[in-house]
Amino acid sequence: MDNNFKKVVIIDYQLGNLFSVKQACDTVGVNAEISSNREDILNADALILPGVGAFIEAMNNLKKFGLDTAIQTKVNGGTPIFGICLGQQLLFTESEEFGAGKGLDLISGIIKRFPETIKERKVKVPHIAWNTIFKLNQEWDNTALKDLNNNDFMYFIHSYYVKPKDDDCILTLTNYDGIEFCSAILRNNIFATQFHPEKSADKGISIYKNWALINKLL
Amino acid sequence: MKTVRIIPRLDIKGPNLVKGIHLEGLRVLGKPSDFAKYYYEQGADELMFMDVVASLYERNSLHDIISETAKSIFIPITVGGGLRSISDIKEVLRVGADKVCLNTAAIKNPQLIKDASRMFGSSTIVVAIEAIKESDGKYLAYTDNGREFTGIDVFEWAQKVAEFGAGEIVITSVDKEGTGQGYDLELISRITNLVGIPVIAHGGAGKQDHVVDALKGGNISSAMISSLFHYHFIKENESKASSLEGNVEFLNQKRSFHTFEPCSIEEVKRTLKSNQIDCRL
Repeated sequence: MDNNFKKVVIIDYQLGNLFSVKQACDTVGVNAEISSNREDILNADALILPGVGAFIEAMNNLKKFGLDTAIQTKVNGGTPIFGICLGQQLLFTESEEFGAGKGLDLISGIIKRFPETIKERKVKVPHIAWNTIFKLNQEWDNTALKDLNNNDFMYFIHSYYVKPKDDDCILTLTNYDGIEFCSAILRNNIFATQFHPEKSADKGISIYKNWALINKLL
Repeated sequence: MKTVRIIPRLDIKGPNLVKGIHLEGLRVLGKPSDFAKYYYEQGADELMFMDVVASLYERNSLHDIISETAKSIFIPITVGGGLRSISDIKEVLRVGADKVCLNTAAIKNPQLIKDASRMFGSSTIVVAIEAIKESDGKYLAYTDNGREFTGIDVFEWAQKVAEFGAGEIVITSVDKEGTGQGYDLELISRITNLVGIPVIAHGGAGKQDHVVDALKGGNISSAMISSLFHYHFIKENESKASSLEGNVEFLNQKRSFHTFEPCSIEEVKRTLKSNQIDCRL
């Protein structure tokens, strides 16, 4: 099939800035459409799960539109998915936040909040900053990060972060004011970042391009 | 790592980029998209667009500028000015803003901060506080670009803003704004010590050292800057400045420049680095 017809669905569950995600896709030539339709997701060649805001509200919205099971079906069947920010967190088992409950559970692990203090020193939360990403065990050569260097800057804006059960899925780490956390994951068809590549200038846009190339979407 | 952000602020009136003193006496400087593109290429960490007359006439004319900018500029964009309701916020986010900045509406109706941060996430909601130092030394919050008196104590208001769920505060010293005399260091440090959320300092940067003064110590998250960068842009791009209307004579005379030492974003960042303040460079 002609790759021009490969269709990426940007999942719209009524939270977050989808405009810039769509803009990033357009810039690198990915054929992406924004949708909150279950059928569109089931028919997609790849998925992007963006999002800003509260975990609990996001899961409620996904369930309301019947998208949670659609995403699980697709990803378990091998369809590539790219989670961004809250979209990364939703892929995990559950949030530590009281009453927030379960996520999509495609990756084992929990969502934690940054502490307000460390050793009586105040930590500013949310973490809103350009910060560096660095390697743990995985190399970046054949990943969406292939054009990046260790310690390149990406744009972060979040109060929560993921803590995977197994380290092997950790693609990048970031240190915010003494707290080291997982800032991107990769396991088979699942790729996700805590930072916003679509807000991280040229290097961020290269992540969209390379994710699309690796998954033969271009 | 803990880094600071340098955020050029673009005050918008109709189709033009403008700049005032004490948020008033606006002069036309040129086309917003020319400045925005230049700042993006120069390494701006975010951009802030403020519709400076929207609150007065209760309208918002920024949408075209935002959607045009967001098509080619891949850094966060915050938009403020005249946003009064959830639907106003939804609309600017839809045309490409990443965050919104509230002031007048937040003071009139603090519930808006709660509703908006619950709906769009705390990190999307920035609250601007315009502070004026009274003759008795008290700092009071004003609205509508420093025009409207509220009688509200700035520090009490900042704590409420954080409690209600805002993700960031922009603290403007109206007394210093546009003067190039330096940030109000007492004001910004008192605010940032009171709240757990990031604080952006605004108003008064006239040279690179002022930015260093505001950001050293590590408690202020960002510096918002306009004149310093705008005047630098004009020096570097004389033909593009004020291509739309009037005030060319004002620009050519460069009368406003005398209290400023214009510099590029990159120069500011190098100076920060040499003062052991981390940032993206």
